[in-house]
Amino acid sequence: MPSITITVNGREVTSEVEPRTLLVEFLREQLRLTGTHVGCDTSQCGACVVHVGGRAVKSCTTLAVQCDQAEVTTIEGLARDGVLHPMQEAFREHHGLQCGYCTPGMIMAAVDIVNRHGMPDEKTVREELDGNLCRCTGYHNIVKAILAAAEKMQGAGQPIAAE
Amino acid sequence: MGESGIGARVQRVEDRRFITGKGNYTDDINRPGQLHAHFVRSPHAHARIRSVGIAEAQAAPGVVAVYTGNDLRKFVPTSDDLEESPIGDLICGWLIHSKNGEPMKAGSHPAIARDTVRHVGDQVAVVIAETKRQARDAAELVEVDYEVLDAVADPLKARASGAPQVHDVATGNLVYEWELGDKAKTDEAFRNAHHVTKLNIVNNRLVPNAMEPRAAIGDYDPGTGVFTLYVTSQNPHVARLVLSAFVGIAPENKLRVIAPDVGGGFGSKIFIYAEEVVCLWAARRLARPVKWNADRSEAFLTDAHGRDHVTDAELAMDEKGKILGLRVHTTANMGAYLSTFASAVPTYLYATLLSGQYDIPAIHAEVDAVYTHTAPVDAYRGAGRPEATFVVERLVEVAAREMGIDPASFRKRNFVKKFPHQTPVIMSYDIGDYAASLNKALELIDYKGVGKRKREALKRGKLLGVGLSAYIEACGIAPSKAVGSLGAGVGLWESAEVRVNPVGTVEVLTGSHSHGQGHETTFAQLVCDRLGIPLDQVSIVHGDTDKVQFGMGTYGSRSGAVGMSAISKALDKVVAKAKKVASHLLEAAEADIEFKDGKFTVAGTDKSLDWSAVSLGAYVAHGFPSDEIEPGLKEGAFYDPVNFTFPAGCHVCECEIDLETGKTEVVNWVAVDDFGVIINPMIVEGQVHGGIAQGVGQALLEGCVYDEAGQLVTGSFNDYAMPRADDLPNFQVDVTVTPCPSNPLGIKGCGEAGAIAAPAALVNAITDALGHEDITMPATPQRVWRALQKSKMPAAAE
Repeated sequence: MPSITITVNGREVTSEVEPRTLLVEFLREQLRLTGTHVGCDTSQCGACVVHVGGRAVKSCTTLAVQCDQAEVTTIEGLARDGVLHPMQEAFREHHGLQCGYCTPGMIMAAVDIVNRHGMPDEKTVREELDGNLCRCTGYHNIVKAILAAAEKMQGAGQPIAAE
Repeated sequence: MGESGIGARVQRVEDRRFITGKGNYTDDINRPGQLHAHFVRSPHAHARIRSVGIAEAQAAPGVVAVYTGNDLRKFVPTSDDLEESPIGDLICGWLIHSKNGEPMKAGSHPAIARDTVRHVGDQVAVVIAETKRQARDAAELVEVDYEVLDAVADPLKARASGAPQVHDVATGNLVYEWELGDKAKTDEAFRNAHHVTKLNIVNNRLVPNAMEPRAAIGDYDPGTGVFTLYVTSQNPHVARLVLSAFVGIAPENKLRVIAPDVGGGFGSKIFIYAEEVVCLWAARRLARPVKWNADRSEAFLTDAHGRDHVTDAELAMDEKGKILGLRVHTTANMGAYLSTFASAVPTYLYATLLSGQYDIPAIHAEVDAVYTHTAPVDAYRGAGRPEATFVVERLVEVAAREMGIDPASFRKRNFVKKFPHQTPVIMSYDIGDYAASLNKALELIDYKGVGKRKREALKRGKLLGVGLSAYIEACGIAPSKAVGSLGAGVGLWESAEVRVNPVGTVEVLTGSHSHGQGHETTFAQLVCDRLGIPLDQVSIVHGDTDKVQFGMGTYGSRSGAVGMSAISKALDKVVAKAKKVASHLLEAAEADIEFKDGKFTVAGTDKSLDWSAVSLGAYVAHGFPSDEIEPGLKEGAFYDPVNFTFPAGCHVCECEIDLETGKTEVVNWVAVDDFGVIINPMIVEGQVHGGIAQGVGQALLEGCVYDEAGQLVTGSFNDYAMPRADDLPNFQVDVTVTPCPSNPLGIKGCGEAGAIAAPAALVNAITDALGHEDITMPATPQRVWRALQKSKMPAAAE
């Protein structure tokens, strides 16, 4: 079995993996980082979104071996020293979650959207969320949360990278 | 307690764990020594199983066991041996009688098929291995010899003579032929009608698709003989009851069911499923925990689906547009097996709401429930009520258009105005103000400006339409005696226990279950309101049969109206006892003790004690005679409502259809709902948003399709169009309030309203734009484009 070294949430991990192991399986089953979820098997729902090298990727369609030597951030690594990321705060403040299952992927995707667009308008946010499904909220409050977080992240003077 | 009590927009206490990835869903749980199950599923819609070859799979790496249907036999009570007799079938818990008095025809529903498979995805065998991947790999090695039989997926074709039979017990695939209402009186109304509006309606089959797929872990402790099931359930106690009393896995006192964080349900996680049974059974057989989690493809194949009605409906009016009668005939597709509550959905949850918000003197409804070779169909968000609302709201809209009456005026003319109102279909509406919500909705959408907006849209190549849906639903299904008389196998009350700790903090144990609804916040708000303590001193405990004595779970928008009423009742008892304790501690007569804002005061004096002091007093028990007052402060209550609750309101949809592509865009949505008293407006608005999204999904995007051979065509998110962020607008959500007189809190329920109201509003808007009624859900761009070719275009379109 190949051995890989990945930095996950700032911590370097070296592990042997079956070549077919998906990144999400590696995170959930090997590292027990169960905040990253699996909601489908066709790369459609986005519950599994994490950041690899600072970009949002679907960890259900990424092999763990592809991430050798990469930096991976999951929802567990987004808050720093117990301080929530503005995107996490905004989801709570604007009731952008109900059952919470899509939420980690939503938040990770949302951080990436703001990192790439700065201050996106509503239409852009809705289009960019195309790869993330939520069955509870009707997206209304998710969109509101992302726009509010974008403003805060801009206000902080820089796009707040997750990494 | 204004800032966190009833009516306050409190941020959710459960959110922190979800936004930091610390939720605890079933698939996040791993038990020591756990094995993994993978099910071998039928690729055929209908086949006889000639043989199942398991030898090669059994020999595969990591495989611990492979079981087929015949292996699932009962345990000998005193040992780990198996009896000859199989474990019990899965059951349907609501007995419906046909109009000829015969009980419904329920076919056998084994957890793993023994001789026949009846839908694609039906369980044929289970492979249990050390790892998930090993189980999945070995499942490929199970060789099933099928004799493929003809299948039928369409409920109307299933009724035709010579159609393939799903179960021998149900001749002609008929489960029941049921009716409600007065046929003679309805026929009479139609004879006297000035105008009759007729519609043929297809209510499309939907896949609930909660984002968390189903999962289960069966665990067994040979030392104590106790089973534990971790499961994605909306009602763990009902699961325990069925698994004990009917499937016969273990007596209730030896079976603990835990439903931890559950990632959405929408009905689909009410039911007791085969995989849960198998994981529990195998855990004992193998003396190791057995875990299973569905992938999305399995969810499409085996989760109970929703809707799937074909209906002929007619509405009779006098010359002024007053409704005289309603006649409905519905064929309901039940799928291949009767799921846990399936039989109630197209009957008592459907036909009883056919009066809508209207004063209709005569209604007659007939419902034929039909088996087909498809996944079982059961309750999905709204369950029967969306189907009823779609029938009624499409009929009144079309009737108004046909009679040249403004659809809003037509509705107002026919609204129920006096309460209580007895409908001809069982329900007694307790309160409402239907004109108030309609008027507010019209104002918010700027109904008067519709004509102008239509002309403007046309200049942009768009056809604009506006549609109304004045829905009513029945929530908090109850009282138990009444539902029992209608065939329910259970009572529909709720339980609660309020445990006050010596320092005054409080745990509330509730039989309701939260899977997105925010009970940990709203239920705590009720406690804050009553006891005057801060939110962080209240914990809500749910979802564990070892902690909560019994409960009926969460569905049918019942947790506020029924679950919170039980908590309210328990709180009354707690306060009454605390007052007794306080009277001793304050050396005053009990009648003189006042309790307000967390403080016990002797009336007319400045003598007082706060909540925590009295709580402590109750536990140290030094200050009162123990023969008069028991020490401690803990009370429980069972609450059985006196009536259903009747949330109602009006949704208005404004849409634009692109003349070139047929794509429908929802440009504005107004919802004015009457949910009675609201505990947390933020959470209620969220429920409405989500409900509308599912309703828009049904109307525009979602449709579960089986082909002629019973193959599921829409078996993944690639083929089944879920609503995405760019399919939906922002919603304008508002309320009117008539407090519910049928429960102590005045709550009606809000969880399903959006999904109930939305499809009719959207289809009414599309047909308004099209200028004709010939469109079926989902109104995809292709269907709308075809429908456009039949539309008479307004002149400016040229």
